[in-house]
Amino acid sequence: MSGQVIGAVGHFDHFDRLLKAIRVLRASGYDNLRVASPVPRHEFEEALGRRESPVRVFTLVGAILGGTIGLGLTINTSIGYPLITGGKPIISMPTFIVIAFELTILFGAIGTLLGLLVNARFPRLRIGPAFDPRFCQDQFGLFVYCTQEQLETTSNILQTAGAVEVRHVEE
Amino acid sequence: MAEYQLNYAQVDRDLLKTMEPPGRIWYILLAIAMAFVALMGFALANQFRYGMGVWGLTHPTMWAIDITNFVFWVGIAHSGTLISAVLFLFRVRWRASIYRTAEAVTVFALMTAGLFPIIHLGRPWYFYWLLPYQQVGGLWPNFRSPLIWDVFAVLTYMLVSMVFFFTGLVPDLAVVRDQSKGWRRRIYGFLAQGWQGTDRQWRHYTSAYLFLAALATPLVISVHSVVSWDFAMSVVPGWHSTIFAPYFVAGAIHSGLAMVITLLIPLRRIFRLDAYITQSHLENLAKLIVLTGLIVGYSYLTEFFIAWYSSNQFEWEVFRYRAVGDYAWIFWIMVVCNTLIPLLFFVKKIRTSTPWLVGISVLINVGMWFERFNIIVTSLARDYDPYTWGIYKPTWVDLSITAGSFAWFFLWFLLFAKLLPVVSIVEVKEQLPPPVKGGGNS
Repeated sequence: MSGQVIGAVGHFDHFDRLLKAIRVLRASGYDNLRVASPVPRHEFEEALGRRESPVRVFTLVGAILGGTIGLGLTINTSIGYPLITGGKPIISMPTFIVIAFELTILFGAIGTLLGLLVNARFPRLRIGPAFDPRFCQDQFGLFVYCTQEQLETTSNILQTAGAVEVRHVEE
Repeated sequence: MAEYQLNYAQVDRDLLKTMEPPGRIWYILLAIAMAFVALMGFALANQFRYGMGVWGLTHPTMWAIDITNFVFWVGIAHSGTLISAVLFLFRVRWRASIYRTAEAVTVFALMTAGLFPIIHLGRPWYFYWLLPYQQVGGLWPNFRSPLIWDVFAVLTYMLVSMVFFFTGLVPDLAVVRDQSKGWRRRIYGFLAQGWQGTDRQWRHYTSAYLFLAALATPLVISVHSVVSWDFAMSVVPGWHSTIFAPYFVAGAIHSGLAMVITLLIPLRRIFRLDAYITQSHLENLAKLIVLTGLIVGYSYLTEFFIAWYSSNQFEWEVFRYRAVGDYAWIFWIMVVCNTLIPLLFFVKKIRTSTPWLVGISVLINVGMWFERFNIIVTSLARDYDPYTWGIYKPTWVDLSITAGSFAWFFLWFLLFAKLLPVVSIVEVKEQLPPPVKGGGNS
């Protein structure tokens, strides 16, 4: 916590006040906002104008990769060691699809997990200075990145919108 | 369902209370569970020392109580995924306060189920032969074998359920972290992975959670289908049947729901969670049990009908033997407990009464365990050639390992009940309307 102001954070007890503050701030040209909330709500994501999460791409890539690995593994190993079992063809697709299906799911899930870790920047060992434990309990936090000069105006906007407390955040 | 009459702070207080230091009863139960796990350890040591001969397994029933336990525990796992993933996709709101417990049941049941195929190997230290790697001389596992499918299906199910369980826990662990001190704060802080509830975290988190649920849904159906194919792919009469996959999946959910009710009722009572796990939750589960019970009953009838209608004398003999042969008492326990007794839940008075719910759920668990036993043992005890007919009798090793597996499951569940939030704090909050002020200067 050495000097350098990086922004202000407003604590809100009420959800509608938070949404209003987001709208007012965005209307006044602040776009670098962060919300902390004990629950996920689509309203603040819409108010912030966030795009759809890219995690789904990770899921899709993982699933396709898993399916391909499943088929590749079973087919290649059977061709590499052509041993007939149960009178079935060397490449017995119906049985290999079971393996491919399970690996599709497994790799899809691993892809989803990776997507979450990469996109949400997990794991994170240090908790940011703007965080307050109440944001995981019953308060909503609205963090506005701003310079020292903008601090006064920002704090005023937060307060007028209904923040019960406004803190200045230093790095 | 009844709306919760609560606010965010109240939810934190009530649900974190379940994590206060445990009382004497908890330690006593833990000690009992550990004693039975130790007994299982002793029985296993015996098996490793002297070989599979210490089991009651012998020709022709080389699969008996061990595979019964495997199929039973994999089945128990299924309802957890049903409640946490399938009901999530259908946006069923009442799942919020029970899904954490159901999911814990899934994870612990799989940890129990996973023991049995390995124990049953005879030389368990070679279990890695089942994994897909190139063995001596370029040989790979036989991917045409249902037993290898089982390895893939059950391992995938275990990993995906664990990821799903842990992902669901992270925001709750942050709540625990922020309201505890000292070493607890450090441990839960590490587990919460630096969760701060920012919009970025939530955005990716909700998306990832949705996809995990979407992946878990087809997975859960595939897993017990694959387990059923362990039997259905063989030519043993009574096993070789196309009805097996849906029949096993329905049976799995049937037993799992019963197990969830059996565990939720004491949990609700001990932790005073009546405001969260309401009568309507239990009633809804009971209604699901009626559905799965009817499917299971229908499957029993269909199996008999097809055995008779096929005019295949071997098939018919197995079904006749099941109903009136050496194991008839097991068959009738299964029929009564799984299909007839659950019909009582049609009566509203019964499905809303706690003693009835507990009693019937326990009976369904008993019935489903015997169903697995009935399918596995009777078919093997009497297949084509009368020369190989035989009777299976468990020894103390079989029984100790079975008892130990239940203790192992409850051991984990007891630890879970005290160390993690048993009701999802975040999802319950999500069901509440967010606090709004309205009017004024907003």
